Amino acid sequence: MSESPNAIFSSLEINVDRLMEPLKKKKEKIPRQRIPGQNPEDRIHNFNEVPYGFTPEVAILEATRCIMCKKPKCVDGCPVEIDIPAFIKLIQEGDFLGAARKIKEDNALPAICGRVCPQEDQCELVCVLGIKGEPVAIGALERFAADYERNTGRVEVPEIAPPTGKRVAVVGSGPAGLTVAGELAKKGHQVTIFEALHKTGGVLVYGIPEFRLPKSIVQAEVDYVKSMGVQIKTNAVIGKIQTVNDLLKNGYHAVFLGTGAGLPYFMNIPGENLNGVYSANEYLTRSNLMKAYLFPQYDTPIARSRRVAVIGGGNVAMDSARTALRLGAEEVQIVYRRSRKEMPARIEEIERAEEEGIIFNLLTNPKRMLGNEEGWVTGMECLKMELGEPDSSGRRRPVPIPGSEFMMEADTVVVAIGNGPNPLVPNTTPGLKTSKWGNILADQDTARTSKRRVWAGGDIVLGAATVILAMGEGKKAARSIHAYLMGKK
Amino acid sequence: MNEILRKRVLAEGVVEFDIDAPLVARKRKAGQFIVLRINEQGERIPLTIADAWPRKGIIRIVFQVVGKTTEHLATLGEGDSLQDVVGPLGKPTHIERFGTVVCIGGGIGIAPIYPIAKALKGARNGVISIIGARTKELLIMEKEMARTSHQLLISTDDGSYGHHGFVTDVLKNLIDSGTSIDQVFAVGPVIMMKMICKLTRTHDLPTIVSLNPIMVDATGMCGACRVEVGGETKFACVDGPEFDGHRVNFDGLIKRQRMYLDQEKVSWEAYHKGKQEEHSRLGE
Ligand SMILES: Cc1cc2nc3c(=O)[nH]c(=O)nc-3n(C[C@H](O)[C@H](O)[C@H](O)COP(=O)(O)OP(=O)(O)OC[C@H]3O[C@@H](n4cnc5c(N)ncnc54)[C@H](O)[C@@H]3O)c2cc1C
Ligand SMILES: Cc1cc2nc3c(=O)[nH]c(=O)nc-3n(C[C@H](O)[C@H](O)[C@H](O)COP(=O)(O)OP(=O)(O)OC[C@H]3O[C@@H](n4cnc5c(N)ncnc54)[C@H](O)[C@@H]3O)c2cc1C
Ligand code: SF4
Ligand code: SF4
Ligand code: FES
Repeated sequence: MSESPNAIFSSLEINVDRLMEPLKKKKEKIPRQRIPGQNPEDRIHNFNEVPYGFTPEVAILEATRCIMCKKPKCVDGCPVEIDIPAFIKLIQEGDFLGAARKIKEDNALPAICGRVCPQEDQCELVCVLGIKGEPVAIGALERFAADYERNTGRVEVPEIAPPTGKRVAVVGSGPAGLTVAGELAKKGHQVTIFEALHKTGGVLVYGIPEFRLPKSIVQAEVDYVKSMGVQIKTNAVIGKIQTVNDLLKNGYHAVFLGTGAGLPYFMNIPGENLNGVYSANEYLTRSNLMKAYLFPQYDTPIARSRRVAVIGGGNVAMDSARTALRLGAEEVQIVYRRSRKEMPARIEEIERAEEEGIIFNLLTNPKRMLGNEEGWVTGMECLKMELGEPDSSGRRRPVPIPGSEFMMEADTVVVAIGNGPNPLVPNTTPGLKTSKWGNILADQDTARTSKRRVWAGGDIVLGAATVILAMGEGKKAARSIHAYLMGKK
Repeated sequence: MNEILRKRVLAEGVVEFDIDAPLVARKRKAGQFIVLRINEQGERIPLTIADAWPRKGIIRIVFQVVGKTTEHLATLGEGDSLQDVVGPLGKPTHIERFGTVVCIGGGIGIAPIYPIAKALKGARNGVISIIGARTKELLIMEKEMARTSHQLLISTDDGSYGHHGFVTDVLKNLIDSGTSIDQVFAVGPVIMMKMICKLTRTHDLPTIVSLNPIMVDATGMCGACRVEVGGETKFACVDGPEFDGHRVNFDGLIKRQRMYLDQEKVSWEAYHKGKQEEHSRLGE
């Protein structure tokens, strides 16, 4: 069962005729294909990826469910407008490499998006099959095509335009920065990425855990961008080693800022600085980027906990909770102040967390954290909440129920209530306008900022958003930067 | 890049490296630090930039062996390269012409106080420095400190050199003798900085301390380094590392520094076991 897709691809002679058999059956009879994966009892003890992905047979079977709409709704649902029926058609025909290439016309990181896109809110939400039954598993098919291409080692370097002599500096190597870099390199510009950390990929390497997005896949995508001639300088904190003005002075014709939303918010309640209280960023960075789950083989430590409480209801909270479980915690609780319906996390991730035995404490909010003499957290005093009138976000506002205080034991607490923009670049860049929350202001259509020759996109502009939106922003910026560079002699 | 160009052992367990890091050397200012990683498995650890030669492209670090990473680091030599060096990080020291300043360095804290004293002297302050160590053999950078101070006072805990006692005692004598002091800077063990601040508070002497909480990214992204200053939570790597010592919650810092004591021991033991095995293999 645990045979890797790699092995499947290399050992299998694909007989397309045989695989096409199911096509002849009546389409609506084929149910949406489930992705096989590790079962919960096993997976909570390792950091390996949970779903295995489709086999070629199952991929073709799933692809045949698509009715090839003339006006495909699914495409409107995809922020980068992948030609979904076209790539699904190629999968139907067994041309998996063709499918991968088709996707890559619009999305340079399909292996990543196929895994982490909130498809249920995007392409799959509007797929017509979803009206009566279940939508086509577009994300899983996208992932399949991308994995097939990578695993067969037949990734093509796209055609690169002749050198334009223009130089572009990209700050940050998350999905936004990688997209800008790739797009501009294709057009023949000389691109350098500056990344503050020692590894490339932004949240994809420091935030999203291995069991949801294997780091080898991120590395492959980074290598792909490098293969287009993009230079990457890691350990380069812009604002410290060089300012944006330095870059503009030192021969870069344009600068793109894709520095993400990397400033962790805390709750500002008593006891939050006790030992054992982490921001989700720290907890996940220690585990993912620094590989603390392999301690002491890797040097960076992380709390080995018995009872963990994770505050928040988004993807970040689910990732933290599931990481805690894999690090050996006996009991992991999610503490969220609204109800399950309002949780911003992907449904799939909530379900996986539930399957793994994570306890959901909904309509609950911590009031203070308590510790022992050594300064370690021992628990939280929480309040029960009820939902009141809708607030500015349109969701019903949680209101504390008076006198509902209760104690929750925990030796580790992870605060996952959101991230804001890191102020390092705005603070060191005169003339760069930000919103009152500190996000960089950029034009909706061109991603231009208030500063000449400077563009920005991704979470630093949108606030904590998604991988695919960050990439969409990157494409927009690349188009505008290219137009600017070519318009100018 | 990141090559160790020169290595000197300053005292038992205290090592100085000159590292090839041209961009950092050009940009760094007093009070700033780097984060380094020895190899792929390594932890990110912060170390103060003790000195720099911008034209030669060299920075200097001085570190004390206290655990696995620093011990491993001390085994490296000239010609070896570090996997990662990031910097300059943190806010530079606020330097102005205060008048008479006292710079206090305790133990390994002498390394970070040195660039501060040097910058203060450059800004035409009268610099009185107080440096101290447990014993004479452990006192580092005396010559450098003498060069950058108008007056250098020394103490050792065991009386083997200079004043017998703590740097706090020397500062107290200085204050009691009527020396007019405009500003104090202190870097050293947290308990030392706490005692210094207790003393300077009663004399209303503004005091800047440099804090050393556990850090990970050191770019403001994780919050590992949070410290309480004036009742507010600050991230030492970006808001500091220097703060108004009279407002720092030192006890909180001491507790947070001890967060991983158990695992640090495991890490250290695993490292030694690995080295022993290597030894016996080579011995065969
Ligand atoms: C735990 C977690 C789980 C998530 N799960 C999902 C998911 O399932 N699906 C989904 O679509 N989205 C998810 N997201 C959101 C998604 O990851 C982000 O929206 C996306 O990564 C934003 O991309 P970006 O390029 O704007 O920034 P980032 O990915 O944040 O990258 C920014 C990069 O810039 C670097 N940087 C910052 N400042 C500087 C500087 N001064 N100099 C140089 N470099 C700098 C940072 O080190 C970082 O590498 C998740 C986020 C987190 C934290
Ligand atoms: C801004 C700053 C500047 C510093 N400058 C110097 C310097 O110039 N010279 C010097 O000798 N030391 C300096 N330090 C302290 C140095 O970083 C630690 O001694 C080192 O990280 C210990 O690592 P280890 O693996 O050898 O020891 P460990 O056994 O891992 O830890 C020993 C103790 O060091 C501290 N420590 C552990 N990991 C870290 C970490 N990632 N970041 C910070 N502290 C940690 C903890 O309090 C711990 O109990 C500085 C620290 C900071 C924050
Ligand atoms: S990129 Fe995301 S939204 Fe677009 S088709 Fe793929 S999974 Fe759907
Ligand atoms: S909307 Fe659904 S059925 Fe129609 S083309 Fe898109 S994926 Fe296929
Ligand atoms: S070390 Fe991560 S925020 Fe300071």
